[in-house]
Amino acid sequence: MQRFLLRRLVSLALSLLAASLAIFLVIEVVPGDPASYMLGLNASPETVAALRDQLGLNAAPPARYLAWLGGMIRGDFGISYTYKVPVADLVLQRLQVSLPLALYALALTAMLAFPAGLVAAARRGRAADAAVMGATQLGIALPNFWFAMLLVLVFSLHWQVFPAGGFPGWDSGLGAGIAALTLPAVALALPQAAILARVLRSALIETEGQDYIRTARAKGLTRGQTMLRHALRNAMIPVMTILGMQFSFLLAGAIIIENVFYLPGLGRLIFQAITQRDLIVVESVVMILVFAVILVTFLVDLAYAAIDPRLRRRA
Amino acid sequence: MTLLSVRNLSLSIGRHPILSDVSFDIGEGQIFGLVGESGSGKSMTALALMGLAPASARVRGTAQFGGIDLLAQTERQMTRLRGRDIGMIFQEPMTALNPMKTIGDQVAETLLVHRAVSRAATRTDAQAVAAEKLARVGLPTDRFPLSLYPHELSGGQRQRVAIAMAIALRPRLLIADEPTTALDVTTQAQILDLLRGLAADEGLALLLITHDLAVVADMARQLAVMQGGRIVETGATEPLFRAPRQDYTRRLLRAAEHRPARRPPARSTDSSAPLLSVEGAVRDYILPRPSAFAPHPLLRAVDRVSFSIRPGESLGLVGESGCGKSTLTRAILGLDPLQGGAIRLGQAPVTAGRTMPAALRARMQVVFQDPYGSFNPRHRVSRLVAEPFHLTGRPPDADRRIAAALEEVGLSAADRHKYIHEFSGGQRQRIAIARALIIRPDLIVLDEAVSALDVRVRAQVLDLLARLQESHGLAYLFISHDLSVVRAVTDRVLVMQSGRIVEEGATEDVFADPRHDYTRRLIAAAPKIPETWKEDADADAD
Amino acid sequence: MKASLYLGLALALAALLAAAASLIWTPHDVTALSIADKLKPPSAGHWLGTDHFGRDIASMLMAGARTSIAVALVAVGIGMGFGVPLGLLAAARHGSIVDEAVMRGNDLIFAFPSLVIAILITAVFGPSAVNAILAIGIFNIPVFARVARGGALSLWTLDFIRAAEVAGKGPARISAEHILPNIASLLIVQGTIQFSLGILAEAGLSYVGLGAQPPTPSWGRMLAEAQTMVTLAPHVAIFPGLAIVLTVFGLNLLGDGLRDRLDPRLRART
Repeated sequence: MQRFLLRRLVSLALSLLAASLAIFLVIEVVPGDPASYMLGLNASPETVAALRDQLGLNAAPPARYLAWLGGMIRGDFGISYTYKVPVADLVLQRLQVSLPLALYALALTAMLAFPAGLVAAARRGRAADAAVMGATQLGIALPNFWFAMLLVLVFSLHWQVFPAGGFPGWDSGLGAGIAALTLPAVALALPQAAILARVLRSALIETEGQDYIRTARAKGLTRGQTMLRHALRNAMIPVMTILGMQFSFLLAGAIIIENVFYLPGLGRLIFQAITQRDLIVVESVVMILVFAVILVTFLVDLAYAAIDPRLRRRA
Repeated sequence: MTLLSVRNLSLSIGRHPILSDVSFDIGEGQIFGLVGESGSGKSMTALALMGLAPASARVRGTAQFGGIDLLAQTERQMTRLRGRDIGMIFQEPMTALNPMKTIGDQVAETLLVHRAVSRAATRTDAQAVAAEKLARVGLPTDRFPLSLYPHELSGGQRQRVAIAMAIALRPRLLIADEPTTALDVTTQAQILDLLRGLAADEGLALLLITHDLAVVADMARQLAVMQGGRIVETGATEPLFRAPRQDYTRRLLRAAEHRPARRPPARSTDSSAPLLSVEGAVRDYILPRPSAFAPHPLLRAVDRVSFSIRPGESLGLVGESGCGKSTLTRAILGLDPLQGGAIRLGQAPVTAGRTMPAALRARMQVVFQDPYGSFNPRHRVSRLVAEPFHLTGRPPDADRRIAAALEEVGLSAADRHKYIHEFSGGQRQRIAIARALIIRPDLIVLDEAVSALDVRVRAQVLDLLARLQESHGLAYLFISHDLSVVRAVTDRVLVMQSGRIVEEGATEDVFADPRHDYTRRLIAAAPKIPETWKEDADADAD
Repeated sequence: MKASLYLGLALALAALLAAAASLIWTPHDVTALSIADKLKPPSAGHWLGTDHFGRDIASMLMAGARTSIAVALVAVGIGMGFGVPLGLLAAARHGSIVDEAVMRGNDLIFAFPSLVIAILITAVFGPSAVNAILAIGIFNIPVFARVARGGALSLWTLDFIRAAEVAGKGPARISAEHILPNIASLLIVQGTIQFSLGILAEAGLSYVGLGAQPPTPSWGRMLAEAQTMVTLAPHVAIFPGLAIVLTVFGLNLLGDGLRDRLDPRLRART
C-alpha cells in the first residue's frame, strides 16, 4: 500500500509539473511579450518597460518559470494587474462559490444517477429501463446553459421559488447561499447524471454476466442480493472513473453556468481576466483548475485501491 | 434410494429447442456422469435443474428431488434450495469467485444466506464454519487464512474454495459442471480425488458434467451420454463402456482412444542433419521491482533447453501451464529474442523480428489452439490462407494453390470465397492447416492445435495431420498438455517442467517406463479408460 | 431498438441537410436586419419568428447548423487523425517507453477540459471558430488514442496476429491490415459520440463568446443574445436550444444504434 501511495504521489507531482510547464509556455512564451499584450497597442514603451520590470519579465524564461513555480508552492500567485490585489486572495474568495457549486452538483448527480441506473439495470429490457434510457439520452443532449435558462424561466420568473441569479454571500445565511446555488447546480447536474446513470447501468449489466454472479446465485442469493452484494461493488470501478472525470467537467462547466447566473466564481473571474487581458489571473486560475482535475484523478486512483484488493496488494 | 428423478425435461429458447425429453435418475450418494460434446445441452440441463436457465428459456417436464418438483418451484422457493440442498460449481475457477471479497466471506456467505438452517447467526459463527469447510477441501487456515482474496490463489485452490462454498451446508446434491477442464492434469487429479472423497464421506450425490470420457470412467458409477439436447444412452458406466448400445456412443468412445495410422518412425534418418536444433536456449522475463529502488528480478521461463527435430519427424512437447512451452514456442517461431543459446533452422540461425530472412521464415509455419482467434474475421478465406505468401512473394498461380490447399485439408475450393464465421471449429482448424501448408514448409509447429476440439473432430484432424505428414514429409513440433494425444501422434517426446526439459526419449519408451519423477506423476495423474473396458468396444468396432 | 437507430439517423440527416441547404438557400437573408420586425413570434412569413434585430430565426438556425457541424466534424477529424495512429503505435509497442509516453501525454491533455484549452487559446490568440475547433480537436486526441489503443491491445493477444507475425509482417503492416479494420466499428461509434459532444462544446464556447465571432451564425451565440430577452420573447431562446438538443440527441441515438449493430460481442459467434 505504501509503495502504491508513493508511486501515485510521484506521478501526481510529475503531472502537475508537466501541466504547469504547458500553461507557462502557452501564456508567457508563445505570445512573445506578455507585457505589451496586456497593455494593448496604445501603451507607451515606458509603461511597457515598467510592467516588464514589475512582472520580472526581463529574466530568462527558465528562471521565470522556476520563480512562478516557487511562488505557487509558497501560495504566492502574484498580484493581479487589474485588481491590484494578490491573485491568491481573489481565487480563494471566488472558490467559496465555485467549490460548493461543484460539490453540490456532484452530490445531485450521484443522487439522481444511482437510483436511475440501478432501476434500469434491475428491470433491464422492461418499460422502466426503456423510460430511464430514453430520458438519459435526452439528458445527455441538453446543453447545460440552455437548460439553465429554461430553469430560470420556470422557477425564477414564473414561479419565483429560486433567485434568477447573483450570489448573496455566505454571510447572509446558509439558506440564502444554497438557494442561490440550487438552479445552477441542477443545471450542471442533470446532463452529468444522465451520463452517470447510463454508465452505472451498463457496468452493472456487464458484471451481471460474470461467472461469480452465477456462483452467488448458486449459493441461494436472490437477484437483488447478488446485485447489491456482488455486482454493485465490482461495477463501481467504471462508475468512479466517470465520477472523477465529471468533477472536472462540473468545475469547468461551472465557468459557463456562472455566467448564466452571474455568480462571482472562478468562471466569472477568468472571463473578466480574459477581457481585461490580465494574464496573471488567467494563468493562475487555469493552473488551479488543472490542479483540481489532477488531484481528483489521484483521489480516484486511491479509491480504486481501497475497493479493489488486486490493486492494493500487487501495486 | 433415488435422490433426483428427471423426467422429460425439455427446454427451448424462442423457437429453438435446446433440450428434448431428458430423463435420468441419480441415487443418493451416487456419482453420476453426464457426458457429451460441446453444444450437447449438458450444461443447460444443470442450469435448468438449478432454476438458473436464461430468463427467455421455456422449461417443461419434472425433476423430483426429495419430494418436490424442482421445475415447478417459484424463484423464491428455489433460492431456499440453492446452496442448501443443491450446490453447484463451474468450469472457470479463475472467474468463478468475486475478486473483491475474501475467500472467508465468500464461503461464509452461503451460511449467512441460509441463516435459518445453518445456525450461523452471526458473521463470526459463519466465519468459523467457513474455516472448517475450507480445511475440509484442503485449504487449512494456518496456510490459507480467511482474509485471502481469490487473486492470491492458484486455479486449483480457487476451485477448492468454490467447492467449499458449495458444500458448506452439506447439500444432498452437488452439480459440478466441467470442474477440472480448465485445470492442469495433476491439479485435476487432486480435485477429482477431493470430489470423490466428499461423495463418500458426506453422503453427497454428485452430478458430474464433462466432455472427458476418461474422467467419467474414472469417477462415475452411472452415466448418461447426451447429443443434440437428448440423452442417447444411459446406464452403469462399466457395461456401457464395454458394450455401448448406440452407434453415437460407440463412435465417441472410439474417437477418444483414436490413434491415427502412422508409419513407424524411420530409424534410418537418425544420422541425417537435424531440421531444427535448439541449443541451450534461455529466455528471461523482467518482473516488476519488489520495492522502489531494487533491481528488476528476472524470471527464467526457458532454462538452457536443448533438443533437435529431424526432417519428417514428429516431436511432442508436453508440460503443464506455466512450464515455459509457450515462451519456447515464440522463440522457435522467431517472435521473441533469446537471452542465451541459439536456435537453428537448417543451418541458419532463427532470430526475432525483422532480422530473420523471409526465406528462412517460410520453412516453418504454425497452427494455433483457438479456432476462433486464429483468423481475421474481416477477411475472406482466400486472403487468410494466402497470408504466408508474404514470405515467398505471391506466385502467379496463387488462386489455384489456395484452392488446392483447401481441398488437401478436406474442404472445397469454393470455400475460399467465404468468411471465417461460416465455419465450425473443426473446419477452422483445417483452414489453419491449409494456411500453414500453402508455402510448403519443412516444419509445422502445432501449438495445442487439437486441444479445443471435440473428440470426434479431433480424431479427424489428427488423421489429416498424419496423412499430410506422410505425403509432404513434414516435421511436426506437437505441443500439448494432453498426454494421450501426444502419445498417439508423436515419435519422440520432451517433458518440460519449470522451464527445463526433464525427460526426453522415444514416445513409447517414455510412456511405458518414465524415468523422471515428474513424468511419472504426470502419467499417473492423467485419467484413463481402463484397458480391460476397451476390449469389448474394440472387438465390437472391428 | 431499430426504431431509435432510424430516428437518430433521421435527426442527424435533417441537421446535415439544413446545413447543406443553407449554403445555397435560406428562407430569408441571415444578415438582413429589420428592426421593425424584431422579436416577432412564429408566423407564416417567419416560421420560427425573428430575433431582436428582426432576423429570421429559421434561416439563422440553418446557417448555424453549418458552423456547428463544420466545427465538430473538423474537431473529430483532428482527434482521429492524431489519436488513432498514436493509439495504434502505443498498442503495437505495448509496455515500451513509447506506449508510456503516449499514455502520459494523454493523461496530461485530459487534465485540461476542452473549455480550459479554449480559454488558454483565446487568452493568447483571441476568440474565433478556428480556435474553438483547435480546443475541441485537441481534447479529442486522447479520447481516440485511448479507444484505438484499448481495442488494438485486445486484438494483439489473438492468434491471427501471431499468424501474421509468423508470416513475417511487421507491426506497422499488421496495424494497418489486421488491427485497423477490426477496430473501425469502435472508432465509428466513438466518432459519432465525439461529434455530438463537439456540437455541445461548440455551442458552449460560442455562448460564452470564445467560439465563432459575428457575423458567422452560431447556435450558441444566438442563445447568448437571447438570454436578456427570454421573458419578452421565449421563442428566441427556445428554438436554438431545441436545435442543439435534437441534433445531439439524434447523433447519440445513431451512435448507440451503430454500437449495437457493430459490436462484435453482440454478434453471434457462429
